[in-house]
Amino acid sequence: MTQKNTGIWVWCETHENAMTSVSRELLSEASRLALKRGTVTCALIFGSDIALLAKEAVSFGADRVYLVDHPALSSFNDDIFTAILTDLARQYRPEIILAGATDRGLAFIPRVATSLETGLTANCIGLDIREEDGVLLQTRPAWEGNLMATIVCAEQKPQMATVRPGVLKVSEPDHLRQGEVISVECNQEWLTTNIEIISSSRSINTGSSNLAEAEAVVCIGRGIGSGKNLEMAKEVAALLHAEIGATRPITDEGLLDKALQIGQTGVNITPRLYIGFGVSGAMPHVIGIKNAEVIVAVNKDPKAPIFEMSTYGLVADVNEVLPAMLKALKGEG
Amino acid sequence: MIEAKRLQIVVCIKQVPDAKSVRFDKETGTLVRESAAAVINPYDLHALEAGFGLREKLGGEITVISMGPPQAMDALREAVSMGADNAVLLSDRAFAGADTLATTRVLAAAINRLPGFDLVLCGKLTVDGDTAQVGPGLACRLNIPSITCVNHIDLEKEAMLLTRTYDDGQDVVKVKLPVLLTVNKSLNTPRLPSFKGKMRAKSLQIPVWGCAELGLEPAETGLAGSPTRVIKTEVVSFEAKKEMLTGTVQEQVNALLERLKAHGMA
Ligand SMILES: Cc1cc2nc3c(=O)[nH]c(=O)nc-3n(C[C@H](O)[C@H](O)[C@H](O)COP(=O)(O)OP(=O)(O)OC[C@H]3O[C@@H](n4cnc5c(N)ncnc54)[C@H](O)[C@@H]3O)c2cc1C
Repeated sequence: MTQKNTGIWVWCETHENAMTSVSRELLSEASRLALKRGTVTCALIFGSDIALLAKEAVSFGADRVYLVDHPALSSFNDDIFTAILTDLARQYRPEIILAGATDRGLAFIPRVATSLETGLTANCIGLDIREEDGVLLQTRPAWEGNLMATIVCAEQKPQMATVRPGVLKVSEPDHLRQGEVISVECNQEWLTTNIEIISSSRSINTGSSNLAEAEAVVCIGRGIGSGKNLEMAKEVAALLHAEIGATRPITDEGLLDKALQIGQTGVNITPRLYIGFGVSGAMPHVIGIKNAEVIVAVNKDPKAPIFEMSTYGLVADVNEVLPAMLKALKGEG
Repeated sequence: MIEAKRLQIVVCIKQVPDAKSVRFDKETGTLVRESAAAVINPYDLHALEAGFGLREKLGGEITVISMGPPQAMDALREAVSMGADNAVLLSDRAFAGADTLATTRVLAAAINRLPGFDLVLCGKLTVDGDTAQVGPGLACRLNIPSITCVNHIDLEKEAMLLTRTYDDGQDVVKVKLPVLLTVNKSLNTPRLPSFKGKMRAKSLQIPVWGCAELGLEPAETGLAGSPTRVIKTEVVSFEAKKEMLTGTVQEQVNALLERLKAHGMA
């Protein structure tokens, strides 16, 4: 009789000795799922000089933290991270392993899943537990976001998923929470690799995190028309204390930075207010805005799909709406 | 330099529906294929081009493989017309419905059946599946390292110097062969098929390998060999308590700002 798999694991990606926001999102979600399943949440943190992060992981919901702290882990190495997570999973047999669907997560989590001969679902945007049997219900967009598919891995353990950053809700950290911290000695075998990281640079974050956490967002779509309108839209955004975001055609053309792209292949936002100027409402875009509380659409085409999901719709030309809005917002001082 | 030992390069490609030929019917929640047009996954064209570039520098041989239905043969012929030396179609009725784990099992069995390999190239992801899992998973089965999101390749003594671009930064990585790379579109510009290539593609005998040739049990492949299952699909719909504002532009704008105020948002 083999031992039962238990516990929900989260691989916590780090950045300059801090936890990335998707790690916090995953820990928050994992502890919600763990509560439902009656099991524990475990954080797995690999890096160099990361001992301080254990406390943070606990505050976001980890009951147990496995720390692998070694100078060789200061930058991400596909081979080494695969070896560590695979070995630990073999040893401790988690029921579920979650990771962010970031480029690093996507680089090595599939190797772990293959080593463990288990299923892996990529780019999930929702997770739940089926109560009767503990099966992880993994929701992800399919067919360019036109369908939502629920995927399960009922027969193999662990059940594994990568989750898109910015989708799951972060809990308030509880700094009084207690958790167990296990320092795992770094096994020399894990460090054997043919990959040598010569240099590693992280780009300055051009405000994408602001966008993901913004209370209000003004989104620029292809219908914006001119640079003058873009400037006016930025002014409207400033008056509403909103961040600027964009659809893919706008970032593809380089009108705005790639980091400002909202949607399936960009940032998912959860603002209270979203205003789209000249946005058609294509599925890959609206997936990223569906959690906004109030959606306002300005589009001259009454049949634009975005109106189907907007709270308030203005069938109007941005060339007229922008000056009118500026006037009204300024007029009210 | 990496030995002038004739590099053996394997490029994995997938045939995907041509985005231009597919329409989504919201009413029925189904995909309407305006035509049966299918193309090579756009990212895989860049993997092929990377192979051609390396072959030009070092000499060697490029074998393209693809798992798919019989019509995926067209994708292989196209790759040959662009310049691939050999091609193998991995096709068997048992392979249908494979998830990424079952797919890598078939691809790995095929690659292990080739005379040898130094380099495996894949696109970063496929536009239909959008998982990016097959490349790294395949590397794991072949017991070689994988480097994903590669957008620059330099050759050094006995190693490759690669640049990979991640969502938040860039690494320069040195790796010894054999290795599997998944490539970004910014790596290169894919070439078009040549006339000579097209002629060759017409006449080249492309073998088809199924379970028997690969030494796999049908139960290890396709849907049967896939641990994941899709249990539900839903048409995405968002309910909104929508209100279309009316009147002149200024009236609409005023009405909007009034409502935003009521929400405490303006
Ligand atoms: C795999 C995949 C992933 C993708 N990921 C994303 C993603 O993450 N984010 C994203 O945004 N897109 C993404 N896309 C692209 C997406 O499908 C759409 O093409 C894109 O969102 C459309 O952007 P848009 O609304 O700005 O432009 P369009 O669809 O061209 O819409 C422009 C709108 O402006 C209106 N308009 C024009 N002039 C005016 C005017 N003067 N006044 C008022 N309205 C006007 C028009 O009526 C139209 O509705 C993805 C696509 C694919 C295939």
